[in-house]
Amino acid sequence: MTTSARYTFTAIRLHWLIAFLIFAAFPLGLYMSDLELSPLKLQLISYHKWLGVTIFLLTVARLAWRAKHTPPPLPEAMLAWQRTATHSVHHLLYLLIIAIPLSGWLMSSAKGFQTVYFGVLPLPDLIGKDKALGDILKEVHELLNYGMLGLVIAHVGAALKHHFIDRDGILARMLPFLDKENRP
Amino acid sequence: MIRLLAILSLLSSSFAYGAELSAVQLNKSTIAFVSRQMNVPVEGIFKQFSAQISIDPTKPEAGRARIEIDLASIDAGSTDANDEVKGKSWFNTREFPKASFASSEVKALGSGRFEALGKMTIKGKTLESRAPFTLKQEKGVLILDGTFPLKRLDFGIGSGLWSDTSVVADEVQVKFHFVLK
Ligand code: HEM
Repeated sequence: MTTSARYTFTAIRLHWLIAFLIFAAFPLGLYMSDLELSPLKLQLISYHKWLGVTIFLLTVARLAWRAKHTPPPLPEAMLAWQRTATHSVHHLLYLLIIAIPLSGWLMSSAKGFQTVYFGVLPLPDLIGKDKALGDILKEVHELLNYGMLGLVIAHVGAALKHHFIDRDGILARMLPFLDKENRP
Repeated sequence: MIRLLAILSLLSSSFAYGAELSAVQLNKSTIAFVSRQMNVPVEGIFKQFSAQISIDPTKPEAGRARIEIDLASIDAGSTDANDEVKGKSWFNTREFPKASFASSEVKALGSGRFEALGKMTIKGKTLESRAPFTLKQEKGVLILDGTFPLKRLDFGIGSGLWSDTSVVADEVQVKFHFVLK
């Protein structure tokens, strides 16, 4: 155990809640966009949009937390390039989980389908209806998502490497039940 | 034949009342609607329709209207939706290319508001319906504006799976705007 400082419970909860919601929103997005128009498709698109807006709101809360807290330091043993890679991936992930919901929201506005959060709270349309722009934003939403998929794979891969190969306790800082030596 | 009669009666009535207006400016008139999908309001329009309306602003109760909508000209908000709503479970435009409204009576509701009563025919089904509207005179034209709720399932629009009103609401707001000269 090289570092025992762990993330606060707020940070841990937000991290896993957002991760869980993304693991739901991503395959749901893939599945629904290939469906033929049907009542099911309309329902799933709405659920997807609600999930995405929830992720966006939680991410805003998370960034507010992050602005006031410094995460625990990385293990001494990590090389400079590994530190740089870690920070880049984390920052890009933050950027994408803001940009992806935003692109989805803008796409919906451009396609002329407002987002009504949980079917009750209409969100303002930031741009007017414009079919061509809607098609472009759909591509943007899709591309950003594939970008995020790549980063998440790297992120999970690195976490597992730290846990099973480096055994430096990094994963336990975000997953306290793994931390056998410093149980609360 | 009915159309010919309507035009004839329209002609004869314009002789009877000098102030009657009956030239509908189609390029300035619109028939639009708002449906609710998962509680999201979605706008649509019919790009092609014909309208014979004759109304004397000093005597609106004697007005008459006959509207015919070319259902295949629908723009329901997206390409997918446009293909879908022409199909059998929605308008079935192949078998029923047109929807129509023929007024039988115009009632004054007071303070510049009126109501046209008449028969609405969609998908081979005819029902009595009413459409409230306002009249406004502006630079040599007369503008008729109105909105009324239409229950799509009364006409079998969106049957089968689509009859689930928790996804697409039964009530559709129809908005019309006619400019007469
Ligand atoms: C982090 C949150 C989100 C994730 C991970 C996500 C993921 C995805 C994915 C993977 C797709 C399929 C892309 C494709 O293959 O075409 C998709 C489609 C879609 N997303 Fe999202 N999305 C998110 C947020 C949002 C939000 C907030 C909205 C709207 C308010 C939204 C609206 C849509 C729509 C409308 C589609 C379907 C596009 C179509 O088929 O026409 N998404 N999303």
